[in-house]
Amino acid sequence: MIADLTRAERQWAMMILGALGIVGLAMAVAGRNDLLGIHGWIVLAAGLGGFIAFMRGKDAPEPSDDRLNEYYDAPTRLGIILTLLWGVVGMGAGLWVASLLAWPELTFDAAWASFGRLRPVHTSGVIFGFGGNALIATSFHVLQRTTRARLPDQISPWFVLLGYNLFCVIAASGYLMGLTQSKEYAEPEWYADIWLVVVWVVYFAIYMRTLARRKEPHIYVANWYYMAFILVVAILHIVNNLAVPVSFGSAKSYSLFSGVQDAMTQWWYGHNAVAFFLTAGFLGMMYYYLPKRAGRPIFSYRMSIISFWGITFMYMWAGSHHLHYTALPHWVQTLGMAFSVVLLVPSWASAGNALLTLNGAWHKVRDDAVLRFMALAAIFYGITTFEGSFMAIRAVNSLSHYTDWTIGHVHAGALGWVAMITFGSLYSIVPSMWKRPSLYSAKLVEVHFWLALSGTVVYVFAMWNSGVIQGLMWRTYTESGTLSYSFIDSLVAMHPYYIARAFGGLLFLLGALVALYNVVMTIRMPAPATEDAALDIPVQPALQAGE
Amino acid sequence: MFGLHYKIERSAIGLVTFIVLVASIGGLIEIAPLFTIDETVEQAPDMRVYTPLEVAGRNIYIREGCYACHSQMIRTLRDEVERYGPYSLAVESSYDHPQLWGSKRTGPDLARLGNKYSDAWHTVHLFNPRDVVPESKMPAYRWLLRDPLRTDDLGNHLSALRAVGVPYTDEQVANAALDAYGQANPETAAADGVAERYGSATNIRMFDGVSTRLTDMDALVAYLQVLGNLTDAAHQPNQPEAE
Repeated sequence: MIADLTRAERQWAMMILGALGIVGLAMAVAGRNDLLGIHGWIVLAAGLGGFIAFMRGKDAPEPSDDRLNEYYDAPTRLGIILTLLWGVVGMGAGLWVASLLAWPELTFDAAWASFGRLRPVHTSGVIFGFGGNALIATSFHVLQRTTRARLPDQISPWFVLLGYNLFCVIAASGYLMGLTQSKEYAEPEWYADIWLVVVWVVYFAIYMRTLARRKEPHIYVANWYYMAFILVVAILHIVNNLAVPVSFGSAKSYSLFSGVQDAMTQWWYGHNAVAFFLTAGFLGMMYYYLPKRAGRPIFSYRMSIISFWGITFMYMWAGSHHLHYTALPHWVQTLGMAFSVVLLVPSWASAGNALLTLNGAWHKVRDDAVLRFMALAAIFYGITTFEGSFMAIRAVNSLSHYTDWTIGHVHAGALGWVAMITFGSLYSIVPSMWKRPSLYSAKLVEVHFWLALSGTVVYVFAMWNSGVIQGLMWRTYTESGTLSYSFIDSLVAMHPYYIARAFGGLLFLLGALVALYNVVMTIRMPAPATEDAALDIPVQPALQAGE
Repeated sequence: MFGLHYKIERSAIGLVTFIVLVASIGGLIEIAPLFTIDETVEQAPDMRVYTPLEVAGRNIYIREGCYACHSQMIRTLRDEVERYGPYSLAVESSYDHPQLWGSKRTGPDLARLGNKYSDAWHTVHLFNPRDVVPESKMPAYRWLLRDPLRTDDLGNHLSALRAVGVPYTDEQVANAALDAYGQANPETAAADGVAERYGSATNIRMFDGVSTRLTDMDALVAYLQVLGNLTDAAHQPNQPEAE
């Protein structure tokens, strides 16, 4: 990494790392009587460690100017590895919390190992660690290929990738220490939130600067989705995390909003974290890698326009379906329900567009597990969005809400859609990113595919069953008009499903480990002698008259 | 329409502008009015604020992630009202920054838990849930009895809460640490101050059964015992019937 930078760029990087170290030191001093101090030391270690690495490498020879004629893929390569590592961490934490629900004594009397602290490690680990790194890595790759331009500079992509991972580390380590805002999927405290805003502004700037240098007049569909992901997540993140810290020496803060306004803001955020983090960004992936792998153009350009603007407009109304029958005013619940149902149209337009793109390439889906991952992802996307619209109907929600059905729904999306499209996309670019002729083993991709599919099916069926049983038991009356079951009766009935769910999660985790192994072995394969990627370069500006 | 799009997708600034505009509408229409329409939150003149000990307990509830398995929002459904008590009103969480309505019931709803069980039951249950509920899946929170409660910064916590809209008085902020001690140590001078500043309805008890020192257990039990008891608004007869 350091050898890729010019001397001047190395100095810039050292200034940034030095500044980060100073911020870390300030946090460590201000928060010396608080858990904030521990995070200060982590930030200081990150800044100082990077600074020392640069000190040792600063006299390495400068890179040749030829690099500017190639795409800048080093950040994508590291991003792919980080994606897989966070995947194993996040899914491993998921298996652990799933096991805790079957065998609660696995906490071992250690506060950090209790369900409430590990659960956000699982959710943030997979959403932000696994999903976020996948989005950053693939967005850099797709952005360059679809604009036929190199990223605008050499430092900012590293700043975004590494800075984002620092955020993830602070988030996950904070949960284990008990630092959380309690807002689901927005748990990190105020200082981590501010840092993420800084990283995000640079990320957005990379996008705009690269687009400004593009050699293609049109901005490709995949980039619309990545841009919607970056922009809307920024809006959601800033509004939902508005808070007043107890002091600058304290990690704790109090949300600006309370009660019903806070609940609505939180689920406006929460549902659109699903929409713009876990859907829009991954649709960007799908719109590039699926047609590319299938060797077919996108079925319908107009359908992609309709679905893009439909999703961007309507998702933002749907959050209130998380608050049916609560103290949220009825009119907001009704609006949320109505938009959630109509949302099925753009969602299925996207899923259908992807599947129709595969027409004429179904034999490839049969033979190529990488493409099959992406095809299955599109199918699960269709299933999950249908289920989501269905569950947003008030009467259905009265049964499903607060139960495991919601968990099943989320995992149909997270495992079936998000993880499948990610694995398919990563498998399809790993060989070219490391200039290898192919993956280490196509058979292991096949093994991973079936582990992932069977794990998802076991998981989702277990949760559908437990959720519906739970919901029905809570509302069943005896003939004399009293409630039939105590709460604990419903909990006891869940036990076999909780074991089945942990087993499904185990299968999925094994699949992720197979993927990590396959990618590592691909990287370790000897590089071929011939260069076969002559076409995978940016378009050079034509010489202007007078130059 | 597609002709217009043909132009938009050739301009990065154009795309950015349209995405931000189109995505902002939903939130503006659904969220902004909740701050301005008066009927959104009911009137409850008897609404109390959390005491410093209850604030500390609430923070422990958040720290341990209790909200991941317990909701604090009884829906307007007949079976919920019969199981948990009157459905929750918006005003009841109006001092909750942030709200802890929750999204999942691995364990039961806690919105009306206050004074349903004894302090001793809670202490035993939190120490090891399976001692009192053999089938329970809840973790054992033994460290709550071990760890002393931090009180020195409670004044800052109350000021921060005041900054976001909870009506704490200067006197309450100034005496926060003392009041936390007093609430768990009845028959001391400090305890009288708590009743004076937070009202006679405040629970002043040795929550964890031990008077010598304040533990995280004292704070968490104090918080659990006030759930649903900040106001009587939900128990008034003029509420519409559950569905």
